[in-house]
Amino acid sequence: MTAIPVTGAAASRGFLRRFASQEALLALAVIGLAVAVGFVNPRFLAYRNLADILLGNAYIAIAAIGMSMVIISGNIDISVGALIGVLATVSGSLAVAGAPTAVAWLVPLALGILVMAAQGAVVAYLRIPAIVVTLGMLSILKGGLISVTGGKWITDLPQGFHLADLDVLGVPMPVVIMVAATALAAIWMRDTASGRAIYATGGNAEAARLCGVNPQRTVVMVFALHGLFAGLATLVYATQLRVIQSTTPSGLELTIITASVVGGVSILGGAGTVVGSTLAAILIAEITSALVFVNVSPYWTDALRGGLILATVIADIIRRRRRAARGWRT
Amino acid sequence: MNAPLLDVRNLEKTFPGVRALTGVSFDVRAGEVHALLGENGAGKSTLIKVVSGVYQPDGGEILIDGRASRFTSPEDAKRAGVATIYQELLLFPELTVAENIFLGHAPRAGFGRIDWRAVRTKAEALLASLEIDDLAAGQIVGSLSVGHRQRVEILRALSHDARILIMDEPTAALTEADVTRLFGIVRRLKGRGVGIVYISHRLDELFEIADRVTVLRDGAYVGSRRMADTNSAELVQMMVGRRIENLFPKTLVPIGAPVLEAQNLVCHPMTRGVSLTVRSGEIVGLAGLVGSGRSELAQVLFGITPAERGEIRLQGEAVRIDSPEAARSRGIAYVPEDRAVQGLVRPMSVLNNFSLAALGALSRFGFIDRAAERRMAEAGVKRFSVKTSSVDEAAGRLSGGNQQKIVLGKWLANSPKLLVLDEPTRGVDVGAKAEIHRLMGDLAADGVAILMISSELPEVLGMSDRVLVMREGRLVAEFDRAHATSEAVGGAMMGGGANRERAA
Repeated sequence: MTAIPVTGAAASRGFLRRFASQEALLALAVIGLAVAVGFVNPRFLAYRNLADILLGNAYIAIAAIGMSMVIISGNIDISVGALIGVLATVSGSLAVAGAPTAVAWLVPLALGILVMAAQGAVVAYLRIPAIVVTLGMLSILKGGLISVTGGKWITDLPQGFHLADLDVLGVPMPVVIMVAATALAAIWMRDTASGRAIYATGGNAEAARLCGVNPQRTVVMVFALHGLFAGLATLVYATQLRVIQSTTPSGLELTIITASVVGGVSILGGAGTVVGSTLAAILIAEITSALVFVNVSPYWTDALRGGLILATVIADIIRRRRRAARGWRT
Repeated sequence: MNAPLLDVRNLEKTFPGVRALTGVSFDVRAGEVHALLGENGAGKSTLIKVVSGVYQPDGGEILIDGRASRFTSPEDAKRAGVATIYQELLLFPELTVAENIFLGHAPRAGFGRIDWRAVRTKAEALLASLEIDDLAAGQIVGSLSVGHRQRVEILRALSHDARILIMDEPTAALTEADVTRLFGIVRRLKGRGVGIVYISHRLDELFEIADRVTVLRDGAYVGSRRMADTNSAELVQMMVGRRIENLFPKTLVPIGAPVLEAQNLVCHPMTRGVSLTVRSGEIVGLAGLVGSGRSELAQVLFGITPAERGEIRLQGEAVRIDSPEAARSRGIAYVPEDRAVQGLVRPMSVLNNFSLAALGALSRFGFIDRAAERRMAEAGVKRFSVKTSSVDEAAGRLSGGNQQKIVLGKWLANSPKLLVLDEPTRGVDVGAKAEIHRLMGDLAADGVAILMISSELPEVLGMSDRVLVMREGRLVAEFDRAHATSEAVGGAMMGGGANRERAA
């Protein structure tokens, strides 16, 4: 039972590993892919196209922030796509009905927090697995939305409603919100005790509890924040549209979960960052767009996304196995 | 002359860095109960795992009916007639008694279908053969008591025509009535010529049921005795040996005022009126067998399972400890027994694990002072000689001893007044063990009151200023350092009879 000696090789591997962090790899991939596709088809690098990629997918990155927190805390949420559909409909309906713009913007945020916090409370205090709770909520939201609206489209949205059309010093609002939300969430998760509690809860709830973390409260807080980010994502998404279809965007939750997982969030909880998930959301959008520019059928998008998810998860599991194998050698 | 059913000769088993078994021999004859005795970690479990085919021996041989046998899997051993009943019963709670007994080898009807009628009648025949009349073949196992489940396990072994039955602490979780019935079954099996390997810590039990006993210590064979020719004093002496001196140097420090005073703590079912005092600078060892209520007492003191009755005073002030948070904020630190479950957040870095219990002190307005956090963790890594490539390494990647040092260090970052340690050195290597002991000495010198639970008698005797012995949820004996001998403490642990003898 000797301790594993720390050799120079192991230490430098540690250094390499940190250097080759998921975030750095993703950033490299985002840039590398743009350059490569630019060689094949220079129009890919046109400002208009790059802007479209970012603007059209910022809401996925924003929603993936909350999703990453949920997964890091050891849970999962598959209701977020349906929730965004419902919140978009609520927001659009309010705007069309003549509610003040601020109300049309703020109600989805509040409603998002409320719905998610409620789910978090059921998960934390009734100890029901998150996948079951959110699967139920997915059906309720999806079915409820169709029943209430009859699938009617919302048109004639007032001019002032389109938050996503605004810009800050020339930077489009969706990008501003995406970057600001990612930065704030990243700092909060890294530098605050409550942020750290998410990692501890997801990594080992029992050990966290003995250290004075309240895992239940943490889970409710994480879900509430997830709801807030879902609300923000809704704003960016809905205010880009001229017409809001009062249905739930199909497969949206999977795209969001993909961004989190590809971004390096461990599906087993306890590890990952929101910078990673935002970069991954951008990378996935970029891949989708790139396929068109190199004349590959867009139908391959889903297959590629699936491949990406499997590759990342398998890599994560292998990493953990190695870790565990070494950890047990006492 | 017929050969013994099972004959183990000079067994060797080495794990990386540990010699788990060296030159262990014993044999079991038909119709005999042969007990294995030894402290936790003496090698009993390894031995039965080798005999039952879970581990392969590195040397020595196993003879069944005089023929050398080599088991490469538990199935091999089962086929040779060796069945093992582990402490954790391996039953399927949703299935019936009969289904559990014949799982995997059910009688078949045509086309490979299971012949359910035969399953039932065979199960009933087995039940009848042991004269078990309060258990029906159709009962769902999940609804049965522990004693009944154990009987199902025994029946399952018999359904394999087991001729050698290994029982690992079969009475650890049984009520007295169930123990009596178990012994009835064991005697009946003996009558049928089954050879039984019986592991138990309870000496009085061995004198009742066993014919011979083999004692192991530190993986080595100490000796075998016929139960009729020995007594508890000799067996305890054989188990603990004489190897304590010099190994665990507790430095003498002045002992101060009481830090913890507990009066009559009760927490159903394992804490049954415990009163104890731990003073500043004092290390109090809490000895007792597994299941004696030691760990439960620690959990009461730390508020994980708050006391239902009784009083706790910290530095003279009556306090309510109703949650780990309350305990922590009052300066109690607790290093749990099961560090995988309760101690470490494995995916988190060494850095973040070190600071986890001290985040409150490290933060201002909710923001962690990350520079201070890093300084703290790096100081901790240095102080505890944690071997890691950097503090950013995931804690789960370190070896067991280093993980334990982190768990310990995490709590010391809070500068506790009272430190409760449950098996602080279980599963860590010798070097790390010495470092943890040195550290405990340093802490005591700093005035921390330490309550140490340990299953290793030498550790308890070497490190403690005072030794308390727990049995069946109560403190039954107390010894000061001068009077704490392995025989006295070991005897009290096993149930030497006398009630709370004071040898102070």
